[in-house]
Amino acid sequence: MGTNGRKLATRLQTLVVYVEDLPGVLTRVASLFRRRAFNIASLTVGHTDQPGVSRMTIVMEGDDADGLRCEANLYRLVNVLRVENVTYEAALVRDLALVKVRCPALRRPEVLQVCEVFRARVVDLSLEAVVVEITGVEEKIDGLLDVLRPFGIIEMVRTGVVAMTRGSEAPSIDPHFVHAVVPEHSMEGEDPR
Amino acid sequence: MTMERKGAEILWETLVHEGVDVVFGYPGGAILPAYDALQGFPIRHVLARHEQGAAHMADGYARASGRVGVAIATSGPGATNLVTGIANAMLDSSPVVFITGQVPSWLIGRDAFQEVDMTGITLPITKHNYLVTRSADIGPTLEQAFYIARSGRPGPVVVDITKDALQQGATFVPGARPVRLPGYRPDLRALPEEYEHAASLIDQARRPVLLAGQGVLQSGATAALLQFAEKAQVPVALTLLGLGTLPASHALNLGLLGMHGEAWVNKAVQEADLLVALGMRFDDRVTGTLATFARGARKIHVDIDPSEIDKNVAVDVGIVGDARETLERLTARVRPARRDAWLARITELKGDSAVRDIQTLPDDGRLFAAHVIHDLWKATAGDALVVTDVGQHQMWVAQYYRQETPHRLITSAGLGTMGFGIPAAIGAKLARPDEEVWVVVGDGGFQMTAAELTTCAQEGVKINVALINNGYLGMVRQWQEFFYQKRYAATPLRNPDFVKLADAHGLASWRVEERADVTTAVQRARREPGACVIDFRVVQEDSVYPMVPTGAALDEMIRRPSAIVETAESEW
Repeated sequence: MGTNGRKLATRLQTLVVYVEDLPGVLTRVASLFRRRAFNIASLTVGHTDQPGVSRMTIVMEGDDADGLRCEANLYRLVNVLRVENVTYEAALVRDLALVKVRCPALRRPEVLQVCEVFRARVVDLSLEAVVVEITGVEEKIDGLLDVLRPFGIIEMVRTGVVAMTRGSEAPSIDPHFVHAVVPEHSMEGEDPR
Repeated sequence: MTMERKGAEILWETLVHEGVDVVFGYPGGAILPAYDALQGFPIRHVLARHEQGAAHMADGYARASGRVGVAIATSGPGATNLVTGIANAMLDSSPVVFITGQVPSWLIGRDAFQEVDMTGITLPITKHNYLVTRSADIGPTLEQAFYIARSGRPGPVVVDITKDALQQGATFVPGARPVRLPGYRPDLRALPEEYEHAASLIDQARRPVLLAGQGVLQSGATAALLQFAEKAQVPVALTLLGLGTLPASHALNLGLLGMHGEAWVNKAVQEADLLVALGMRFDDRVTGTLATFARGARKIHVDIDPSEIDKNVAVDVGIVGDARETLERLTARVRPARRDAWLARITELKGDSAVRDIQTLPDDGRLFAAHVIHDLWKATAGDALVVTDVGQHQMWVAQYYRQETPHRLITSAGLGTMGFGIPAAIGAKLARPDEEVWVVVGDGGFQMTAAELTTCAQEGVKINVALINNGYLGMVRQWQEFFYQKRYAATPLRNPDFVKLADAHGLASWRVEERADVTTAVQRARREPGACVIDFRVVQEDSVYPMVPTGAALDEMIRRPSAIVETAESEW
């Protein structure tokens, strides 16, 4: 029920959320996930090219019904402009990682070879270590980490995923509801008095 | 050219423009500039004795008037004392704007005297909240707050204002610019095909039941509900906050459903082949255990809040929208129906009812709470505005004070807040001064906010308090009796002399111990010019029947044990 024809039961849901760029909005979103017992796997936030609008990519653990419930709950937040579930959309999903790997001069060729295979870039080099930058889907980054781990990972940071649908369509910040429509004569959030 | 005025003056001007004529509050340091500016504005301030009282008063005012209630408090403890009242308004979708003072903006984050992070604390229990640090933002923010509180699914909004914002000047003209909130869409409507789908399910159903909740009252849909129910011949079960949506005497009105609903109502729901849920949210007190809830029924859920659809119960059709508009559309689409077999089946289910049992007991001198409430209903011709507290007496009011007209019952349902009754009644009386207001309250809840009796005296608010005094925290005692082998841990109450207590507050008060005296006591209370308290000494270890234990199916009810009372309706 209520899955709108989507496939059932995936473990992760990817949501793109446009919010007003105001103090405390991130807290409101995070608090909602905690309150409704949705588990966040990853959350990123940044500016858009529209002034006053931020864009979040949230990956949550849950099936399709959870994804729908989460969407509807996000719309309860006054500062949320639009929610898109891109789990089943043709979307580009990217994570970025910086990895500092133990790498004395003797082992450099091996490390560089690994980087080449994974299309990672070396962005810093010192006598005992290199810093590798990689972007891609999470699995690709996980794969690189598996291979680098035997060399000795000194430090690692990941951004969490960002997502964007493919194609030429411009993003809209108008709300889009699964169960409902905004009427044509809508007050567009205006008090009708 | 608009004159610059202090933030505090802008606050009151905006409230006046929003139609506020009474606010409930308690002064203190950070909010003092606002109080200082109050004189000269046509707004009555009701001084509570505790901020929780002020919060419930504003909530009661909102529910009784259908308008936005306003409570005001200072920073720190003043603000945190509101919290229970805010949560109560949130759980029951009550439109209240809470205004709190905050320490000056330059002290925020320094753990200043009486500083708490009020927006942080109230984030999960408000529809929305604001921290205002600039005078120029006070007016626009309050306009947004009122709009959010009353539109869509109503709810509480907290506006936390720093002291310096109240003190400094700005220019603002209330109502000059429309409130615009780009992400806020309270006017959602269902997709057109959903109405067709719903109507066809209703036409096909043989055993439909409609579940009506508070949303029906809030959208002014009672007439639309009556038309729909009569045309489609759909019997209607009511949630606690839905009581009054359909006259209790109407043939299609089944009455209260859920944990303490009538047995036949719950059985009808369990036997239904279609449920049409309107402005209700499938609370666990309504459904019993979800795994066995109405398994044979298709389900249509109508709610203004999209996040309610599929939240607790997966439904076949979800209609997002206003209850009245939805009912009107459905009434136009459904075929006139006859459902004689189904209605006959329900009459049959009523035959083994036990809930009216207490009325059939011989009047053996013992005073049952149900007697008090039944006789109060009779003596007031069912026409009083009744405000309850929380517990056994609340359920007995739901069962025995039959609601013929809408908007005559105010009760804390979702949060179940003891102490709600007396202050909420004060707010309700101020909203509807011409109504006869009765508070039904237990001896436990009474003592939580009894200090507000003095507010009645100081403000000259005439409410009648029916104190159902059984010397126990009765509902908890009942659970101990049923589920904890009668180990009455911390439920017996050694009470003060309530008559003397009320007297000390300057209220008329007396005691009633026999059923024969109930009606006279009610009549006397009505003649008293001021507020009064009647201490009804009722049977101590009585329980609310029937009862669906937690974890049980909706039709697995605990019934009154004695055989003598397993009889059908008597004087009803």
